[in-house]
Amino acid sequence: MVKLAAIFFTMILVDNYVLAKFLGICPFLGVSKKLDSAVGMSLAVTFVMVMATAATWPIYKLILCPEGMENTSRDMSYLQTIVFILIIAILVQLLENFLKKFIPALYKALGVYLPLITTNCTILGVTILNLDNGYNFIESIVCAAGAGIGFLVAMVLFSGVRRRVEQAVTPKCFEGLPITLVAAAVTSLSFMGFGGIVDAIFKA
Amino acid sequence: MSENSKMKILTNGILNENPVLRLVLGTCPTLAVTTMASNGIGMGLAATFVLLCSNIVISALRKVIPNQVRIPCYITVIAGFVSVVQMIVKAYVPDLDKALGVYLPLIVVNCIILGRAEMFASKNGILDSALDGIGMGIGFTLTLTVMGSIREIIGSGTWMAGLGKLIPALGADFKVQIIPEGVDTFSLMTSAPGGFFVFGILMAGATWLTTRPRKEAPAVEGGNA
Repeated sequence: MVKLAAIFFTMILVDNYVLAKFLGICPFLGVSKKLDSAVGMSLAVTFVMVMATAATWPIYKLILCPEGMENTSRDMSYLQTIVFILIIAILVQLLENFLKKFIPALYKALGVYLPLITTNCTILGVTILNLDNGYNFIESIVCAAGAGIGFLVAMVLFSGVRRRVEQAVTPKCFEGLPITLVAAAVTSLSFMGFGGIVDAIFKA
Repeated sequence: MSENSKMKILTNGILNENPVLRLVLGTCPTLAVTTMASNGIGMGLAATFVLLCSNIVISALRKVIPNQVRIPCYITVIAGFVSVVQMIVKAYVPDLDKALGVYLPLIVVNCIILGRAEMFASKNGILDSALDGIGMGIGFTLTLTVMGSIREIIGSGTWMAGLGKLIPALGADFKVQIIPEGVDTFSLMTSAPGGFFVFGILMAGATWLTTRPRKEAPAVEGGNA
């Protein structure tokens, strides 16, 4: 239980995917202009992340590379990239159809962000990193949920920072994205302050 | 098409339509792997290879692929080539594989490649698409190398450390010491905030270079950032 909590909070504060590992920068820069769209996007990402992990982990462990089959002729882990991206694409499409039919309110709220999620590198990243880190099924799910919440925290915080930045007067060539990136640097710097905090709380 | 326009397609990607600095595509690997210049080169070359191959294949298939399912088709083609690169890198430069880590398979979702497939290869002939792939790849590699150099020199005081792993002739310990060893370096540059900061500065520089008023040529239109 302690280990699960440690994984969860590490993903949010220390190994934040956006601010520390540079995954999902495109939506981070593109969608963080308004608070409500930032929240919508992050919730959709969190949901797909957990679903994708729940789907890819068993497929990898049961079909592509079963226990004890590593480095034998039965080892098909080289197919990982192709299989995972297709699973994610199908999953996003399914989710879109499902929401459209059964929960139209949520579908409307997420709108354009749903199809964009396929090419969000956090999703593919979290599914691959879970396997690289050797997490078991439950740990993987918790890690994916933590990564999603971490994404949400970063997006919400940054949309606040960005509101202030938009009003600032900057040199002409810094207008728009360059100054936003400099602001992201400061936000990311503040997250470095969390380094070690989770270890200190859970592993002391 | 004249020689001139072919040249233009090739050089477009280097500054005017630089994928990273002007079109703002593929930002994740740009920020993540540029802690060292040699990683930037490795990542750039891997992405260039995938970009070139996928542009050629997608351009060749552009009349066969139905419009409604084009994105899944593109992603499958790209994922195929990424797997090829992954296997090559793992087999011949295992150190680079370790340095790039998860970002190597993540070339699949690098928006430069899907973006060029959608914006260019799906509308143009094979030769033009191949040139576009090479040009964009060079632009990407150059940007990563410049960014990696800045971060490495300020952050660790060396330049091109680890290049020996890419080119064995140089020897495994090849590096250029820029800042003398006794001096404390500004190690923040090699961690996350430094990446965002250098990227912002470089992007501002590219904007300034391409939009400053010039006598002979009118100002270039801004990217679709």
